[in-house]
Amino acid sequence: MSASQTNRITGKGLIDRRKPLRFTFDGKSYDGFQGDTLASALLANGVVLTGRSFKYHRARGILSAGSEEPNAIVELRAGARREPNTRATMIELFPGLEAHSQNRWPSLKYDVLSINSLLSPVFVAGFYYKTFMWPSAMWEKLYEPMIRRAAGLGRASDEADPDTYDKSNAFCDVLVVGGGAAGLMAALTAGRAGARVIVCDEHFDLGGRLLSETQLVDGKPAHDWVRAAVAELRAMPEVQILTRTSVFGAYDTGTFAAVERVADHLPKPGVHQPRQRLWRIIAKQCVLAAGATERPIVFGNNDLPGVMLASAVRTYINRFGVMPGKTAVIFANNDEAATTARDLATVGVRVAAIVDSRPQPSAAVRDAAKTTGARLVSGVVADAKGRIAVKGARIVPAAGEAFDVSCDLIAVSGGYNPNVQLTTHQNGRPQWNETLAAFLPGSSPKGMTVVGSAKGTFSLPDCLAEGAQAGAAAATAAGFSAHVPQVPKAEAESYGVVPMWRVKEAKHKAFVDFQNDVAASDIDLAEREGYRSVEHVKRYTTLGMATDQGKTANVNGLAILAALTGKSIPETGITSARPPYSPVSIGALAGHHRGKEFKATRLPPSYYWAKEQGAVMVEAGLWMRPQYFPRAGETDWLETVTREVKTTRSAAGICDVSTLGKIEIQGADAGTFLDRVYINMFSTLGVGKARYGMMLREDGIVLDDGTTARFAQDRFFMTTTTVNAVKVMQHLEFCHQWHWPELDVQMASATDQWAQYSVAGPRSRELLAKLVDAPFDISNEGFPYMAVAEITVCNGIRARIYRLSFSGELAYEIGVPARYGDSLIRALMAAGQEFGALCYGTEALGVMRIEKGHVGGPEINGTTTAADLGLGKMASTKKDFIGRVLAGREGLKDPSRPALVGFRPVDRSARLRSGSHLLPKDAGNFASNDQGYLTSVAYSPMNGHWVGLGLLSNAASRMGEIVRAYDPVRNGDTLVEVVSPVFFDPEGERLRV
Amino acid sequence: MRISCPYCGERSLDEYLYIGDATVTRPDPAGANAQADFYKYAYERTNPAGAHKELWYHSAGCHAWLVVERDTRTHEISSVETAKDVALKRNVAKGGA
Ligand SMILES: [Zn+2]
Repeated sequence: MSASQTNRITGKGLIDRRKPLRFTFDGKSYDGFQGDTLASALLANGVVLTGRSFKYHRARGILSAGSEEPNAIVELRAGARREPNTRATMIELFPGLEAHSQNRWPSLKYDVLSINSLLSPVFVAGFYYKTFMWPSAMWEKLYEPMIRRAAGLGRASDEADPDTYDKSNAFCDVLVVGGGAAGLMAALTAGRAGARVIVCDEHFDLGGRLLSETQLVDGKPAHDWVRAAVAELRAMPEVQILTRTSVFGAYDTGTFAAVERVADHLPKPGVHQPRQRLWRIIAKQCVLAAGATERPIVFGNNDLPGVMLASAVRTYINRFGVMPGKTAVIFANNDEAATTARDLATVGVRVAAIVDSRPQPSAAVRDAAKTTGARLVSGVVADAKGRIAVKGARIVPAAGEAFDVSCDLIAVSGGYNPNVQLTTHQNGRPQWNETLAAFLPGSSPKGMTVVGSAKGTFSLPDCLAEGAQAGAAAATAAGFSAHVPQVPKAEAESYGVVPMWRVKEAKHKAFVDFQNDVAASDIDLAEREGYRSVEHVKRYTTLGMATDQGKTANVNGLAILAALTGKSIPETGITSARPPYSPVSIGALAGHHRGKEFKATRLPPSYYWAKEQGAVMVEAGLWMRPQYFPRAGETDWLETVTREVKTTRSAAGICDVSTLGKIEIQGADAGTFLDRVYINMFSTLGVGKARYGMMLREDGIVLDDGTTARFAQDRFFMTTTTVNAVKVMQHLEFCHQWHWPELDVQMASATDQWAQYSVAGPRSRELLAKLVDAPFDISNEGFPYMAVAEITVCNGIRARIYRLSFSGELAYEIGVPARYGDSLIRALMAAGQEFGALCYGTEALGVMRIEKGHVGGPEINGTTTAADLGLGKMASTKKDFIGRVLAGREGLKDPSRPALVGFRPVDRSARLRSGSHLLPKDAGNFASNDQGYLTSVAYSPMNGHWVGLGLLSNAASRMGEIVRAYDPVRNGDTLVEVVSPVFFDPEGERLRV
Repeated sequence: MRISCPYCGERSLDEYLYIGDATVTRPDPAGANAQADFYKYAYERTNPAGAHKELWYHSAGCHAWLVVERDTRTHEISSVETAKDVALKRNVAKGGA
């Protein structure tokens, strides 16, 4: 045994003494053993002061031995893996573990800010609301940084998280939450019936309290029975055991969320090992065996290091072989005092006094006092004494004078709160039980059975029996034939709790919520100020709102409030517990969805070719598209884009347009269907032709636009914009399945099936002629504007060709099966070389559409009608279509609605900015003068100056007017002229040649 | 939440998209009060606490629109039908189609 572990008990505990581990706390080295938690190892080394409290910087130690710990909150690890606010009681010791206390400066022992204790009147209930109100600028500059530093919630690492996190789905017949006595019996019983069972336990070993108590099960030490039970479970092929796994949420349809700490007990995760794994468990049945949490009693200085829950005292002794003190005072309102006294005495701790707050100490306690030689007092511990650790207790007997007892440990038990949280996640309301002085599960979610101490069953034989029954019932409900086995023998225990919430004789601050530093006096104050509802008191005082979710605080706080208001506890009510039951790292929730992997990345068919050319890529939704293709010597993007536009308009330019949504629409009624979703007619479209169409939402606002081609009487091919591809598909399916299911029409997305390139420019026909297989006639006569055809290219590759133009040039789109996309771009570029053809990106595409006044995403923005975009006349009056009726509303026909026009700067050298607001020329910069805004702008190489599209009130009557484009964000204030939105080739002569 | 798609079986909520009320039907566009009817259809919704019929879309599955009867308080689902079947029955009932 290491010399430093002065509190380690020889021959006791379930730790592995053959495996010593070295760790540091606040820079100092200590030794512990495999099987220790950080808390048990610190106690073994005599470290009782583990941190300072949140508001008052009071000295705090280890209160519990489980996930309810509100005090021993530390920063774990260093560097990128540094994690604040971890519970020392849940951290497994590993070699080289490095932990630091929180909320202290400059050192734990001499904390300057513990002066906050002197300022405590400032930090009373509602201090956030009272102290830091005025003026508001002070909040940002002074109060918040001050609170953050002083109230130290620990420091998160500034570095990127180096670990990975996994997500898994699991399906089972029976989920058992908690691997204590009841949970193990349930799992064994269901598992023996052949059910698929998942057992989750938040600790690293199954067994629960059986690992912490000295009881016998079937005549053997309880942990031996646990070992045998676990071995039997492990041998069952359909049983999965998840240790270090907290089930933190219970949802509908038997869905549970759990987080498994896969590698938190290792110095760092192994290669390809995730740090944590988020489980979604779908269970037909659930047995909730989550145990119970012991509650403290609210007495003076009850937060001093050395005040510890009685159950934790027994855990440290029996499970970890650690003596948590030398001289103990036990303060309890139930028979746990007796067990605790015996366990302490067995390992040589002197039990100075047992203080029993009940009117009559029970026979069990009287007996324990006699065996351990403890002084039995009927009364209360009013105050713990000591500055940074317990030095004694001030005891007030029921009859007689107060007196002091020296001690370094006060073991306290205020009774148990069943861990009912998972029963409340779907609005279940716990029920108050007067006999047990505790909330028990009310209604629990469908398929969930609560057993053991989570249900208020505190005696071991009953827990075992309930577990067995619930396991059999759950397996049966899941369709297995199960029977209740012989339950192992164990001795019944007494409990006999009589409520004792708050010691009125306390002279010092008495804490209710340790983690948030909420004292009983804060609840007094809240009540005096008129806060009577438990939900209000919670928020006003912050009771139960820390990361421990008030596991040790809520019921005590509630009982204190009930006493103050003269109501019963059930009348006072209980606050709702919501997921997560215990803290979950954001990393686990994100899983692999981080950075580039946050969403899928879609690559257009020419992606790899474009990368070879040195294209600059841009994210467009999920797509990575070439934005422009810079060449050596070009100094900025505008120079490149200008060249791309000029070359396309003078020779030929190729652009990958595969990202457009593509939908096959087939069936005898396909034309009728399109008539109903587009504002214009498609049933009249000739075979071998394409038409531009626009569709609306039912409220009359434009949904999307694009061209649709007809390849046969019953076969159409629709294109949508890139961004709306999914939305339009969903819309079409909705219209068909919900509005007009009788129509004979079928549709399928073909976006990923076709690689499609636009080939534009005066030389585009010559270029394509080299690839199109004979005898297809690509001439203007043979294949005029808006014609479409199914052909072959490059010696027999199936292809579709469309004479469409977005750029305003003579242009084609050519589609081939996606697997030929890479070959086709290479073939096109090779064929285009002699004509000086280039490939252009999304920037040039945008510039050319703005030059032509075509609407795009900034104009089809969810607020504009077809009329707003100057396309109102497209709407057919011979038919109904989605959005027709509501587009006819008066407000949407108002001529003062901003409508699409073009703009050019009066000073031709001025730059335009999209988003600039349009104001009358001499009007002030007031919102009331706002008449619209610029939606899209570009430097037009063909005009030699900036041009813009925008939406302007009463646009039709304002051609030639000068207005201001006002852009306060970028200090822009430019006079612009209202012009036609078509800036280039207004007659459209170039595309019909 | 888990929804049993008539085509794909019981699948997780993440595979579905929600659009809302399945108790409203697109009005007759030729009706005398078409504009008022469409206004109600597009905007007016009850917000029941309890059983409600809703349209869900199996977007990451078979692309079927479904009419799901769900208790808005508990997420308990009492029935799932394809929207197409519901719509066909509705149209027959109206004497249309
Ligand atoms: Zn489906």
